[in-house]
Amino acid sequence: MNLTDTLLFASGSLRGARTRTLLMILAMSIGVAAVVILTALGEGARRYVVGQFSSLGSNLVIVLPGRSETAGVNPGMLLGQTERDIVLDDAQALLRSTAVRRIAPLTIGTAQASHGARNREVVVLGSTADLLPIRHMELAHGQFLPAIDMQSASPVCVLGAKIKRELFGSEAAVGAWLHLGDRRFRVIGVLASQGESMGMNTDDLVVVPVASAHMLFNTQALFRVLVEAKSRDLIARAQKDAEDIMMQQHGGERDVTVITQDAVLATFDRILHALTLAVGGIAAISLSVAGVLIMNVMLIAVAQRTQEIGLLKALGAPSSEIRRLFFAEAVLLSGIGSMAGLLLGEIGSAVIGQVYPALPVNAPWWAVLAAFGTALGTGILFSVWPARRAAQLDPVLALARR
Amino acid sequence: MIEFADVSRIFMVGGQEVPALRNINLHLVAGEYVSIMGPSGSGKSTLLNLIGLLDRPSSGTYRLDGLDVTTLDDEHQAQVRREKIGFVFQFFHLVPRLSAAMNIELPLILAGVPPQERKERVGQLLESYGLADRAGHRPDQLSGGQRQRVAIARATIMRPAVLLADEPTGNLDQTTGKEVMSLLEQLVEQGVALILVTHDPALGQRAARQLQMVDGRIVSDTRNISQA
Repeated sequence: MNLTDTLLFASGSLRGARTRTLLMILAMSIGVAAVVILTALGEGARRYVVGQFSSLGSNLVIVLPGRSETAGVNPGMLLGQTERDIVLDDAQALLRSTAVRRIAPLTIGTAQASHGARNREVVVLGSTADLLPIRHMELAHGQFLPAIDMQSASPVCVLGAKIKRELFGSEAAVGAWLHLGDRRFRVIGVLASQGESMGMNTDDLVVVPVASAHMLFNTQALFRVLVEAKSRDLIARAQKDAEDIMMQQHGGERDVTVITQDAVLATFDRILHALTLAVGGIAAISLSVAGVLIMNVMLIAVAQRTQEIGLLKALGAPSSEIRRLFFAEAVLLSGIGSMAGLLLGEIGSAVIGQVYPALPVNAPWWAVLAAFGTALGTGILFSVWPARRAAQLDPVLALARR
Repeated sequence: MIEFADVSRIFMVGGQEVPALRNINLHLVAGEYVSIMGPSGSGKSTLLNLIGLLDRPSSGTYRLDGLDVTTLDDEHQAQVRREKIGFVFQFFHLVPRLSAAMNIELPLILAGVPPQERKERVGQLLESYGLADRAGHRPDQLSGGQRQRVAIARATIMRPAVLLADEPTGNLDQTTGKEVMSLLEQLVEQGVALILVTHDPALGQRAARQLQMVDGRIVSDTRNISQA
């Protein structure tokens, strides 16, 4: 019996029991669709987070004061001394590394901002002109901080979209004066609204030159330094250089922490990837349930078709042929079921994509492949036993009964 | 052509040995028309199943065309069944979802005959059995006589040397039963050996050679001199 005839015969017997076949295909396709949709959601969430992260800037290395030890006690604590602050000189020194393209020192504090009769507490971010390209921020009006030496103060500020709205309303803000604490700053630009991204809302900020911020808050310490490596490959070198330079600056003391954005991103990526796998795995359980269903129904089919099997044997079909026939049925069944499931899953993902446009719902190829494979695999695996039962059937008994 | 040497078949029923066939010695030649008669439980169906390779003897040897078929594996036994033996059953055993033509085609499909040749051979057979206008009908749309004719067509499409018929008229009325018998006897005239199991003496008498079985043994082996 050749392959075409085997498949034709198998599809014939599937058509012969229409309801049974349709129900099994339904069970299979729901299982596959569940895997596809759930992994699409998980993958969508992962891509959403990764997208949010990369909107923070690319090839970033972040230098923070203080060393986080993974174990034991910070030696500084035993000696009763705190680690040294990162100051502007240290930040400037980071530019010595050939792997670094540009840096942006950050100082953060809160101050009372007022314009005319309106005033409110705002978060003031002290930085330099390079912050704009490093953080991928965009301007709505005016210009960003001037590219002046980071040590020199200048009474200018750039407003976040929300601050501008609350303090100026529909009035033009660029060129106006803003009081921050006891100082006056001229507004030279307004940031475009970007919304919240990873906990930092640029809409709710006032950006001033870092030296001005230091004067305002009467400090020398930087909150952190953003370092942009020249390329993705140079991130590791930039990180090492930053550590070495900071050690030199601080008299051989390793008292800063240098993390890469990639490391943080990778952690999130791993967590969400694991989540996707877990959710997909749960969905795969429903697939194996569909597999058990197929086995059950195939066993019933064997019992119902005892006569037919006996007859095929009498007509000269060896046991292997009978096994192949039942196998072919299972493969067809789970094949059609998985195809239907993929279709269903794609439609489901598309619908979710329509409802939540922000979420990039798209089943990853490996999930589609895995769902298809699992469906086909369980279908075939769970038909082994029924097919064997059919093949081992005694033709004499099968034909003796009416 | 068919040689049974000291063949026994013992069934295990509830841990007890129940012999269905005891030391059968039998020799049938090609083209022979043999009837096997006897009361139910005498072992005639068991003997037929052994001849048809649907069952294996517990002891003894069975040679078909000089070949010891008792030791063949499943694959080869199936091949022998396919090529040399045709079955006709009391309950027809047609596949209900397949049309008459496709039921007849089944052995050819199993044998891997190419579709073009299959179509031709099925067409010829349908024609000669007067079933041409019933080709597309499913078994439940056929009368009993037509069903058995389809079954006989299926049994003969591979041009077997032996036709095994187990009560072929048992489920048919007198007239159609006679029609079916004359069809089978035509095949004998064409040189096919027919082994007919029946408990109807009138039917058995028509065969050239008659075996009488009781209790798993062949108790008489007579020939109709007139027809021989």
